[in-house]
Amino acid sequence: MSSRRDFLKQGTAAAGAVAIGGALSRAQAATPLATAPPDAMDASVKELLLEALGAATLAGASFADARIGRYQQNFVFTREKQILNVVDTDSIGVGVRALVDGTWGFAASRDLTKAGVAAAAREAAAIARANRVARDRSVELAAAPAHPNATWKSAFTIDPFTIPIEEKADLLIRANTEGMKAPNVKYVFSGLFFRRMERNYANTDGSVIAQTVVQSALQQQFTAVSSDFTDFQNRGNTLPPVGRGYEWVQQANLVENSRKWGEEASEKLKAKPVDVGRYDLVLHPSHLWLTIHEAIAHPTELDRAMGYEANYAGTSFVAPPEKHLGTFRYGPDFMNIQGDRSQPGALSTIGYDDDGVQPDDFLIIKGGVVNDYQTTREQAPWLRWWYDKNGRPTRSHGCSYADNWSSVQFQRMPNVSLLPGERDLSFEDLIAQTDRGIAIVGDGSFSIDQQRYNAQFGGQLFHEIRGGKIVGMLKDVAYQIRTPEFWNSMDMIGGRRSYEVWGSFFDGKGQPGQVNAVSHGSVPARFRQVNVINTGRKA
Amino acid sequence: MRHDIIDVLSGPRRLLERDGSSAPSAAILSRDECEALVAQVKGMSRAEAFDVQMFGGYAANVRFADNQMSTAGGIGDMTLGIQSHFGPKHAVVTTNELTEASIRAAVEKSEKLARLAPDDPEAMPQLGPQKFQPVEAYFDSVANMSAEERAKVALTALEPARRAGDLTAAGFLITNVGFNAYGNSAGNFAYHRSTSANYTVTVRTKDGTGSGWAGAEHNDAQQVDFAAVSQRAIDKARLSRGPVAIEPGRYTVILEPQAVGDLCQLIGFYADARATDEGRSPFVKQGGGTKIGEKIVDERVNIYADPFDPMVRAQPWDGDGLPLGRQEFVKNGKLATLYYSRFWARQKGVAPTGAPTSFCMTGGDQSVEQMIAGTPRGVLVTRLWYLREVDPRTILYTGLTRDGTFLIENGRITKSLKNFRFNDSPLFMLNNLEAMGRPQRLAGTEAGGAVIVPPIKVRDFNFTSLSDAV
Repeated sequence: MSSRRDFLKQGTAAAGAVAIGGALSRAQAATPLATAPPDAMDASVKELLLEALGAATLAGASFADARIGRYQQNFVFTREKQILNVVDTDSIGVGVRALVDGTWGFAASRDLTKAGVAAAAREAAAIARANRVARDRSVELAAAPAHPNATWKSAFTIDPFTIPIEEKADLLIRANTEGMKAPNVKYVFSGLFFRRMERNYANTDGSVIAQTVVQSALQQQFTAVSSDFTDFQNRGNTLPPVGRGYEWVQQANLVENSRKWGEEASEKLKAKPVDVGRYDLVLHPSHLWLTIHEAIAHPTELDRAMGYEANYAGTSFVAPPEKHLGTFRYGPDFMNIQGDRSQPGALSTIGYDDDGVQPDDFLIIKGGVVNDYQTTREQAPWLRWWYDKNGRPTRSHGCSYADNWSSVQFQRMPNVSLLPGERDLSFEDLIAQTDRGIAIVGDGSFSIDQQRYNAQFGGQLFHEIRGGKIVGMLKDVAYQIRTPEFWNSMDMIGGRRSYEVWGSFFDGKGQPGQVNAVSHGSVPARFRQVNVINTGRKA
Repeated sequence: MRHDIIDVLSGPRRLLERDGSSAPSAAILSRDECEALVAQVKGMSRAEAFDVQMFGGYAANVRFADNQMSTAGGIGDMTLGIQSHFGPKHAVVTTNELTEASIRAAVEKSEKLARLAPDDPEAMPQLGPQKFQPVEAYFDSVANMSAEERAKVALTALEPARRAGDLTAAGFLITNVGFNAYGNSAGNFAYHRSTSANYTVTVRTKDGTGSGWAGAEHNDAQQVDFAAVSQRAIDKARLSRGPVAIEPGRYTVILEPQAVGDLCQLIGFYADARATDEGRSPFVKQGGGTKIGEKIVDERVNIYADPFDPMVRAQPWDGDGLPLGRQEFVKNGKLATLYYSRFWARQKGVAPTGAPTSFCMTGGDQSVEQMIAGTPRGVLVTRLWYLREVDPRTILYTGLTRDGTFLIENGRITKSLKNFRFNDSPLFMLNNLEAMGRPQRLAGTEAGGAVIVPPIKVRDFNFTSLSDAV
């Protein structure tokens, strides 16, 4: 229940919304990068960071880190032929984390004077000390090399904050207008959302790191209403959020594509309700990214597996690690799931994480078997036995992340992706080899239990497959899975040329809740005999 | 199940001794300071009109899990938002820097953006001075809580769990001391300050078969019995060990308040008059028009929003600076009204209601124990999880049970059950109502906000599959 003009909530709390989908098309993914070199850290920012570290050390911290961040967001919301609102937000402050006698404390303040950052550091240390009474196990951090003068910049060529508002609004309104040319499409919502983060980090191990990150997202919904008011259908989640700049918007052919998306909403009005039963599902990367996100990426977060999210986001069926690493079969031999923060233009991509670690690429699922978890410096030592056994170093994979200067960093997911198969198969190839099934494009409703076993997924478009051909559109489709059986039913995947990167701008976790943006690369894949239900209205 | 396990707000026992240390209340701006900020913006503004919103405060937290301390923090921040208007053009800029230079920069930027923005054909004239009835929501018991006291709250769960040996506790305490203010160039001004203490605990059995959850929230920390919340989660965890599977299907279900709130609160998000008039709502009458005046749920159901309800104590205005009163959405089972923005109200020639800031449902007089005693065969649900829309035409949602699901046979709890996925609508559910208990304030739903709901008993709740998750 939000007012159209409840502008601050729209502007600053949109991050609390549910995940939106989106895609980075192959063409966009292949766009050559001409990113400007990263900026060095401002000397006054470095001075404040070192001031905070000094104050934390004097207050008894054995380790401390400090982050000074500037977070800017820009939103343009429209519906049909009118603008709803334009919002620009700007937030800056310091967050200091102190480890005192094996216990964490954190404090954040918008007071960026020397006295202010020192006070935050002392408060972090005092909170840590106060919690010593409830400590049971000391925090140990995995060793990590210091990066004393590091910089990094994400893959953008046009800073969205340099683009005039009227250009953004004009583009959206033209897209809305085009979408409304489709039959029965009465309402179109669209919004552009841009984020620029200047992240400055230093720790008592000697790292001093400056990074600039730009991210862009589009929200759209086309609503077709039947003339007798007996039905309405939506088509949304049309493009992915990306770790790129305004060049991505310029390349998206938004106006031309909006007509197609509107027509798809209209076509859904005429779609046939699905008959319940078991079907072979051919899932497009625009859909499968979300299934990967929910049923693989979240369960392989090590903090979940160890119970650290038990009171909120839940635990994991991939636990305990000693019973799963190297033995638990998640899927077929050709299933390889990679964690990384290195794919250009992806949302989790970054040069250094919020522990000051340079992330690596690692296989979470290797040949269908659990091979690793997502880790931070605090978590990597929990798996030392596994890394020692395999001759691998006990190092963090660089998954520490805080969504704001005012948030404490903790384990968040990197880009988690299903890697291509050896055969050069496409989405169409998979459909052609399917006798009776449903091809699903785009992400829709999604829900999964707190240990990530039982899930239900909807979608955007459902195409009925008969004899290797698409014969029509279905509606009211959702499928229910039990995670291990589902992935083990995967019998075909696409090749390198069918790989696409999609993702979520708003993935929630933690207490206090934090929101991160994450991408998932995927190829199309086929799953055998999945349980499909009809979600249509009841009498 | 004992009654004190159900009612987390009951009992006068106090755990903490207040020592008066620390004063995070200094992190919030007073009414005078907020009025001064509005005046400052007025002195800088060259727009035809402006709105100012201010909110912020100090939030302190303690998090624990796996019987360990996890993280803890104290966060001070605030936001100043300025919306400038030039006729039908408007734009918003926010900043958290309150230097004169930063405020001036934000004012100038909002004016620049507003001039560039296309006309908003739905722009409404500003509201002049309004009368706001104050809501007393600020309590020193929260404002004065120290880091040491917060750690002691964590120990109410950690110590018994560690002592027991077969339990692991995870939980979270967050205290907020905050303020919200609104002002505009037409002289409208509103100010509200509040505190809250929110504590939730999940206790799991080390054999991996049991999990129990409990939580409580209040504006006054004195009203939250932290130890009782911890004990309730422990008791539930033990009771939920060794769950068995029963076939999914339609069952008589007793939903504890947390589960009721998660599902029923959704009704409020669909109660928008404009979406309904445009045919995009579950409250559309087939063939056109709305269902206002029609019976949509059981006649015992009443749903309203009221910032002045003593269990709510919410901000008494919406984002437009419009005073909020009590709004009756469902009265005696009939759809009574829908939310009208100022624009849509003008279009329809009715009074605007403002966007509500709470969701309340009246109840009945049955205790959960009485509901259980009167149930030959049914399911008791502690809370729900991961609710997601499946069909907006009916508010059909899917989601799962979590942290305590039990079989009722012949008037008593006989077994712990494996969790279920459901596909059901709060509208369907409230048409199948059998009994209601006393309303309670929840410790936060998935959707957030102030929610007051009773436990309820319904028939034919639709569980569609089993989950192995504990």
